[in-house]
Amino acid sequence: MGSIRKSATAAAAVLAVAGVLAACGGTAQPPAAGGKTAISVVSLKPGSEKAAFDAFEAQVAQFEAANPDTDVTSQEYEWTGPTFTAQLAGGTLPTVFTVPFTDGKGLVERRQLADITDHVKSFGYADKFNKTVLAAGRSDDGRIYAVPTEAYGVGLQYNRTLFTQAGLDPEKPPTTWADVRNYAKQIAERTGQAGYAQMTQENTGGWMLTTLTYAHGGRMQVAAGEKVEATIDNPGAKAALGLLRDMRWTDNSMGSNFLLDWSGINQEFAAGKIGMYMGGSDVYTSLKQQNNINPADYGLAVLPLVPGAQSGLLGGGTLAAVNVKATPEQQAAAAKWIDFYYMAKLTKKDAAELDAKTLAASDQPVGVPKLPVFDKATLSQYDEWIKPYVNVPVAQMTSFTNGIFEQELAGEPVSHTQEMYAVLDSVVQAVLTDPAANIDALLANADAEVQSILDRG
Amino acid sequence: MLTRVRRWAGDGGLSTLLFLLPLLVVFGVFSWFPIVRAAVMSVQQTNLVTAPVFVGLENFETVFSDPLLWTAVRNTGWFALLALLFGYPIPLVAAVVMSEVRRWRGLYSALAYLPVVVPPVVAVLMWKFFYDARPEGVFNTMLAWVGIGPFSWLQSAATAMPSLVLEATWAAAGGTVIIYLAALLGVPPELYDAAEVDGAGVWRKVWHVTMPQLRGVLLVTLILQVIGTAQVFVEPFLFTGGGPANSTITVLLLIYDYAFASSLGGDYGAATALSLLLAAFLAVLSAVYFRLTRSWSTS
Repeated sequence: MGSIRKSATAAAAVLAVAGVLAACGGTAQPPAAGGKTAISVVSLKPGSEKAAFDAFEAQVAQFEAANPDTDVTSQEYEWTGPTFTAQLAGGTLPTVFTVPFTDGKGLVERRQLADITDHVKSFGYADKFNKTVLAAGRSDDGRIYAVPTEAYGVGLQYNRTLFTQAGLDPEKPPTTWADVRNYAKQIAERTGQAGYAQMTQENTGGWMLTTLTYAHGGRMQVAAGEKVEATIDNPGAKAALGLLRDMRWTDNSMGSNFLLDWSGINQEFAAGKIGMYMGGSDVYTSLKQQNNINPADYGLAVLPLVPGAQSGLLGGGTLAAVNVKATPEQQAAAAKWIDFYYMAKLTKKDAAELDAKTLAASDQPVGVPKLPVFDKATLSQYDEWIKPYVNVPVAQMTSFTNGIFEQELAGEPVSHTQEMYAVLDSVVQAVLTDPAANIDALLANADAEVQSILDRG
Repeated sequence: MLTRVRRWAGDGGLSTLLFLLPLLVVFGVFSWFPIVRAAVMSVQQTNLVTAPVFVGLENFETVFSDPLLWTAVRNTGWFALLALLFGYPIPLVAAVVMSEVRRWRGLYSALAYLPVVVPPVVAVLMWKFFYDARPEGVFNTMLAWVGIGPFSWLQSAATAMPSLVLEATWAAAGGTVIIYLAALLGVPPELYDAAEVDGAGVWRKVWHVTMPQLRGVLLVTLILQVIGTAQVFVEPFLFTGGGPANSTITVLLLIYDYAFASSLGGDYGAATALSLLLAAFLAVLSAVYFRLTRSWSTS
């Protein structure tokens, strides 16, 4: 009896150990099944409405029908600095993923993306890309590691309903920063909501301070030969922070929440708590999919640029890349997916129509304003193709779409961009939460701190 | 030799070992291995994708030359101090009062323990809502009834940290209350009777009977609280992300930022170096604490 019990307990213990070990398995790259090449791709941001996922899955089915030897699984995905780092280091990124322009160069230099030059060349548009846009995903020796899929310019997002309630004409968005300040004050006074708000967290504070600085004619970095010099302590940045300080402390027109990140500010805007804020020209897609904005509320204007030779509009965009750990077959299939899902619609009529039709059928936004990743003519052609399916309130975005090509576009700073943005987050937060904040000292300190980051290389 | 092994196996040594194995494996894989890995990584430069490079003590130099380190240490100290001021006496007082209550003691302990059951993320999101800095915010509205405020809570460097401590105290007090309550109920009632016969009032009973009897528990909860507050992360991470303007960045949040704030692969070397420094500091602190307080302890 005793020995039976002993063997039974021993067997139970062995099973327990085996269970623990089995639980430790698992890998990010999906295994091939039945001779098919399995790839995983990023789909939509978590929390997007179900219809958006339905539209995405319909596109996966279309791709699989055209490529019967490929098996595609999708993963929800929202790029944020911390989660991306963890996924990259942990090896859990899907086969195809997207990153912002700012991270392209660094990832390429660190050899953390797969070389997809040959695949991209076989699609026939490798030499058509806008050179400055493609540079974000290319190595110094000209190899392509990531493909720009969309580009945006920052625009002034505004709530038309709040404009009306405040006695402002929603057809006439502000055209100068003095206007923005006055409008914000009027909105705050008459509606009790924040007239103007600005992102401050998770590196978005630095991103938007840089945007506002560009608009005031400043730049955050300049290349000095081989080295990059931090120029954060510049008159444009001072003017930008001075404007924020006046709106916050003199006018009290910026509401009461100064710890906002990208999704936080979108949420508050869609909920009608913010009159105006700066955001990418394509943010409407997310406002609709994640925050269920009322289309009638939405307005998009070009960002006012202070007259002057140096003033520029900050633009950026998204790169699609392939996991460096994927097998050659997976890399080939992944490149095909990038071509199918992101690129073909920009260059081929039938692909553009199919994409727009699929999205429109699920009531997903079609026609948000974008900037060209190839050239302006290609983008105009694309806009023409999708015209019958456009379902976003384009009439409420004309200030942006009419004005954007008049504006001087400036790319984001190139070196250690996100780290610099992180330092600038706290500068913006200090100005918005401390009435005694010393802008000159804050900028001087940030300049020194960023310079030491740049010097470390 | 062989017979000895056979006897050991026959006497249950084998199944003991087998039963121990899952625990050893789990601890080994999820606790000890990461600790060893962290120690190794602290002297390497690595992005966990390409091969690591040995850099000696460079990561420690990076950490010590970072001006944010001292901000983080100061903030963590400030949090620990505030948590000690609010969080240490409140559960004790609550437990003493509850132990005096004859009826519905179970209900009160359940109520006191309830916040511990609420998942930390949910609790923080809820409090974030309460901390709305507008005059219409929940707390500001309630304070306005008695003519106080409005406060900017999380939106100002001066009030952000106390706001975090307030929530942390609310969230953690329940566990400590239960420990104190158990210890209080373990105090022999004869001691109180004897004290009463000697003419002691309530305060003298608390001071001369209750406190000495609780000394062992109090000493342990104190060091546990210090260790816990030195590792505070969830509250600053979820409430403020370290803001406004780094006023709530703590040592653990700084470690996290080293590892993850740069989306290009982070500085895992600096992150692990600072983790080791923190672990070493807490180990030394605990050792010194127990040495100093050995004579006070009841056990």
